[in-house]
Amino acid sequence: MLRMLRQIVITGLPSEPAPYPNEKWRVANQRAEAEKIHGDILALLGRALTIRHVDAGSCNGCELEIHALNNPYYNIEGLGIRFVASPRHADLLLVTGPVARNMEVAVRRAYDATPAPKLVVAVGDCGCTGGIFGESYASCGRVGNVLPVDVAVPGCPPAPIDILRGILTAVTAAQAPPQG
Amino acid sequence: MATVSEDVAPADRSAAIDARVVRVDSTEWSQLAAEVARKRGRLIALWGADRSDVGEGLVVYAAFASLEPLELVPALKGFRGLVCARLPLSGGDSYPDLTPHFAAANRMQRAAFDMTGVRADRAIDERPWLRHEAWPADYFPLRNDAPEPAPPASDEPGYRFVQVAGDGVHEIPVGPIHAGIIEPGHFRFSIVGEKVLRLEERLGYVHKGIERRFQQMAPNDGYRLAGRVSGDSTVAYAWAYCMALEQAAGCTITPRAAALRALMLERERIANHLGDLGALANDASLAFGLAQFSRLREDWLRVNQHLFGHRLLMDRIVPGGVCIDVDRAGADEMLAHGEAIQREVGALHAIYDEHAGMQDRFMGTGIVTPELATRLGLCGLAARASGHPRDLRVDFPCVPYDRLGVRVAMLPTGDVAARVAVRFDELFESLRLLRLLIAQLPDGATCVDVPVLDKEQFGVGWIEGWRGEVLVALDAGPGQKIRRCHCHDPSWQNWPVLEHAVIGNIVPDFPLINKSFNLSYSGQDL
Repeated sequence: MLRMLRQIVITGLPSEPAPYPNEKWRVANQRAEAEKIHGDILALLGRALTIRHVDAGSCNGCELEIHALNNPYYNIEGLGIRFVASPRHADLLLVTGPVARNMEVAVRRAYDATPAPKLVVAVGDCGCTGGIFGESYASCGRVGNVLPVDVAVPGCPPAPIDILRGILTAVTAAQAPPQG
Repeated sequence: MATVSEDVAPADRSAAIDARVVRVDSTEWSQLAAEVARKRGRLIALWGADRSDVGEGLVVYAAFASLEPLELVPALKGFRGLVCARLPLSGGDSYPDLTPHFAAANRMQRAAFDMTGVRADRAIDERPWLRHEAWPADYFPLRNDAPEPAPPASDEPGYRFVQVAGDGVHEIPVGPIHAGIIEPGHFRFSIVGEKVLRLEERLGYVHKGIERRFQQMAPNDGYRLAGRVSGDSTVAYAWAYCMALEQAAGCTITPRAAALRALMLERERIANHLGDLGALANDASLAFGLAQFSRLREDWLRVNQHLFGHRLLMDRIVPGGVCIDVDRAGADEMLAHGEAIQREVGALHAIYDEHAGMQDRFMGTGIVTPELATRLGLCGLAARASGHPRDLRVDFPCVPYDRLGVRVAMLPTGDVAARVAVRFDELFESLRLLRLLIAQLPDGATCVDVPVLDKEQFGVGWIEGWRGEVLVALDAGPGQKIRRCHCHDPSWQNWPVLEHAVIGNIVPDFPLINKSFNLSYSGQDL
């Protein structure tokens, strides 16, 4: 126990500041960025952002980076973001991979089970375009071919900070007033 | 008996492994399997192919490894190493079943049928494996005449799971989408109370047509696809692919390129062990372990990004060598960081060992005895935790492992605790290998040109990845075309063993046992 406490003290707080979402739609930044993002999430959802990850056919590279997003450097729980075990508890689906035909039904069911606002973030080059696997007898290609996608994050795999940026982009976009 | 023709004898052609490719008839096919099994060798992979464009029709391949010299098949007399046997089916579609010799053949044979329509004669289990309901039963995607797009699937009855009957027995179906951030697959537990009587896996959900995709690529481009068969083993796959291609093209990489490949392979091993050691503690409810190890893994990946330009080292190994280099400053940075990791993991190791609650969850959980491991063909890290000191880096070392003297980690107990301990040992050993590789880094070029394939060639690559042995077999012809590229993940062998490891354990221990193997779904689903 003493060793563990010692290790915790030595480690300190490695958390880094949250990333800026995207310069294009960033409003005047007067508060600390983390506070602002937290505010965005609160404004949108009332409490926090819950995410259900769905691997629709990925090589597992994107999964490794989503895991990394949960390490202390990114401190996503501190931002009010949490990964949950069921689509029924989720505000946002984080979908990786091209959609394998063998996963198509499961992906649609997960989407149907998700309550509004049902945000969908496609992660990685495969999710964005079908990537190197493309479309075939076994692959439906990009996530957008199966589900309505709000934000697509490129990269093979995207770094954790870019996945976080994508999540925040989806939240902020959903918050923007409807056009017209 | 028909004579055995030897297609290639590439053993001394490159920095590759001891591999031999032989054409066999169906009698020799069975004889070879029986002999390898008797000599405690292993079935590494089995796959089908359509070679009707060169007049052979459908063929089936099996890759065997034997440490003992083989005797029965004339072309292999006295040979020890990797044997790729090719059996042309001469117009037919069936071959002798290998499951009587190797239990691990079952799923591979079912997948070979789903992909090419080659059938194991009188096999007990003929259920589809990679084919679910997305395409019809008479559509074989890897046949030369397979139409694209595939015809629509017809309605057919669902998969037949094995039923367990008895008082109080019920089933828990899990997946394909699981509760955590993991890949999809279906697990069907038959349980009584909390105790698992039987687990049956149903995989193939992330089958995305990788092997068909290879056939649309030029040989020199395939390494990128190979590097995405299983993202956590991208270095192992890219190396195995390039080794196969270089062998087929008769190309030898430079010693510096080989050393840099090994350096990245060991970095990949360390990165995965750092991730798993944290996740295993978390599954035993010690979140402290996950926080600490995930921090160390992040540090490790950031060094990868800084020095090699990619956190997971994808696409750094290319045909003919590597596309990165390490300078003095980079080497110093790796050495200093390696030292820091060694110190930190050492401290965490002591905490893990002393944590009674966690050790209680680890010890005696998910046991695979050495006998069971032999019978089911368990391989890689999990085999080493079940008393089998098998490691390609020692048994059949390629350059530069032949001069590194890898010390194999091994424990006989076969429980979760053993798989954790082997991970710690291998992590420290890989840190030592990194120091050695950096100290002995040869001078010279990092990449050479790979000659264009001008005739029929077959090459095979075989690499000990962090999970176990990765095999890539490449059959390429003229015209810059891949006829067939088969990638084999060690998870093929180890998934069925997981079904046995959980028997008699309680359901809540399944995630822990599963994580202690940490098998690839994508790697086996292809």
